Amino acid sequence: MSIFVDKNTKLVVQGITGSEGMFHTRACIEYGTKVVAGVTPGKGGQKMDNVPVFNTVEEAKKETGANASVIFVPPPFAADAIMESADAGLDVIVAITEGIPILDMYRVKNYIKDKKCRLIGPNCPGVITAGECKIGIMPGVICKPGGPIGVVSRSGTLTYEVVDQLTKNGFGQTTILGLGGDPVNGTNFIDCLDAFEKDPATKGVVMVGEIGGDAEEKACEFIKKNVKMPVIGFICGITAPPGRRMGHAGAIISGGSGTAQGKIAAMKAAGVHVCENLGVFGELAVKVFKNLK
Amino acid sequence: MKIHEYQGKQLFKKYGVPVPEGGPAFSVDEALDIAARLGGYPVVVKAQIHAGGRGKGGGVKLAKSHEEVKEHASKILGMTLVTKQTGPQGKLVKRLLVEKGCNIAKELYLSVLPDRSNAKICLMGSEAGGMSIEEVAAATPEKIIKVYVDPLLGIKPYHTRLLAFKMNIPKGAMKQFTQMITGLYNLSMDYDCSLVEINPLVITKEEEVIAIDSKINFDDNALFRHKDVMEFRDLDEEDPLEVEASKFDLNYIKLDGNVGNMVNGAGLAMATMDIIMLAGAEPANFLDVGGGANAEQVKNAFKIMLSDPNVKAVLINIFGGILRCDRLAEGVVNAAKEVGIKVPVVIRMEGTNVEIGRKILSDSGLQLVNAISMKDAAEKVAKAVKGL
Repeated sequence: MSIFVDKNTKLVVQGITGSEGMFHTRACIEYGTKVVAGVTPGKGGQKMDNVPVFNTVEEAKKETGANASVIFVPPPFAADAIMESADAGLDVIVAITEGIPILDMYRVKNYIKDKKCRLIGPNCPGVITAGECKIGIMPGVICKPGGPIGVVSRSGTLTYEVVDQLTKNGFGQTTILGLGGDPVNGTNFIDCLDAFEKDPATKGVVMVGEIGGDAEEKACEFIKKNVKMPVIGFICGITAPPGRRMGHAGAIISGGSGTAQGKIAAMKAAGVHVCENLGVFGELAVKVFKNLK
Repeated sequence: MKIHEYQGKQLFKKYGVPVPEGGPAFSVDEALDIAARLGGYPVVVKAQIHAGGRGKGGGVKLAKSHEEVKEHASKILGMTLVTKQTGPQGKLVKRLLVEKGCNIAKELYLSVLPDRSNAKICLMGSEAGGMSIEEVAAATPEKIIKVYVDPLLGIKPYHTRLLAFKMNIPKGAMKQFTQMITGLYNLSMDYDCSLVEINPLVITKEEEVIAIDSKINFDDNALFRHKDVMEFRDLDEEDPLEVEASKFDLNYIKLDGNVGNMVNGAGLAMATMDIIMLAGAEPANFLDVGGGANAEQVKNAFKIMLSDPNVKAVLINIFGGILRCDRLAEGVVNAAKEVGIKVPVVIRMEGTNVEIGRKILSDSGLQLVNAISMKDAAEKVAKAVKGL
């Protein structure tokens, strides 16, 4: 079992003929993902390797039965691409694109509010259900299929670090998700914690947060009331200066709020096992998750 | 991106937001010319730097005569202004804004800012103007009024009325005030602003509404569609190394410590800074070379990091996903040969092509310290910087 995506997910790649799109489509296929279509406006009828390319998402869905999309479209056009997928009725939309104008995402967020789709990202590494389906840019080799740990994170390479240490200590994963580093994103910590809690294969969760916003604080309120499985939390940015955007558009301490210290305190209050030093994350995982293997 | 107060006021004018008469001056003579043109005293002489708290630091002065304009302008231009936002090193003042004074009856606070927690646009107002809004929010949250606008709907008259009535705007100023909020909202949307703030917004004894300050920040992601805003960029206000890094699309932020570090990915970069601190040393920078960096970019990043004279040791931490370890290693070796390394360099690599990467490093003949984990790397670099 897993959350959101699995071996039955049929993927359409928006921006499949671009260099990023092509490179990562091949890696997804190699991992075992069912990539059924690509979309590049004006290139309908062509093929990328063996994947048929369509002009619109609507057409791709109709012809192939795609139910998920991944977006490798440049920032100026990415919000449009997300809304196109939402309108076409896809269930899951994974937006990899980094650098989408922030207000574009405010409009998208309000637009998709009443639609059935789940947006993951943008500015995220994507999602992997270990051994079944990889959507996005995460290196599949670091994952260990079979569970029982779910991973949810706001950062890309930090996720790889955590997953690598889980795998090296013998803990497999169910689903690994990157929520993205932008201030406004589709899926949040609560969505994932809720789904992991309900997923019979997931028995423990790692959540990786960072400075900026209050998503971690809200998630901790949710954990207090609804999550029974053990959760390990890590927050980066203790040394980040206030008022500076630390790479991610959303990683900024503004007006004294969104600090790492505040988030760590919220985690502790919610009974989350806080990893204070990423260098020893693996040892903490062994301690907290030892009965779950 | 930030801009100066006077530049913000130029945008305010375009959107019908009333501002005092005046203009920017780059010399004392220019300041005197503008003051003379305003046709009467008092005038206000204001330092233009990208930081708040200028008044308390002595960067804003009222002048009641030609002589006083001369006195204040000479004093402020060229001064190093220290405010709580500049840090102890302060900022050199190179520009002034000279404006007509006004009869202040009431000082208010007003801002338009996207609220990430609900994806709405927040119109925020307060009758407690002229003070730090963070302090007002902490001490007297009931004095902060928030009205939320759905960006798909846009601003409606009732939004502006809600704010105006809750802020007890006098009747005579009502129409001007509500029009002004609409103008600020439209400016904020048209220009992809991450903050538009007026503190204080003044109601004069004549019941006129005037923005005597302006602060506008822009979303860096959206600058590609605002070429006119790019012309407002003032490189003097930015750290020279950060300017250099931005030319190569590198995310670099200079900090006060002495351990340089270069990492791929923003989250891992922050975590690396944190672990340096936990090992008892201090990071000299934040530097994210990005997921898809090539050897050339790694070389540029390395050069920028090393041109900070405070750097006494370097930690390179790469988790190779898209950025392959062999590419990284090539970049490091090229950079080291080109610029020469005079400080200890600790490298921790993991992920794609890590074995090839390690071979490139060990064949290079360079004195590099290999680390097997993040913890090991942080401890080694902390030890190196302490000269142990």
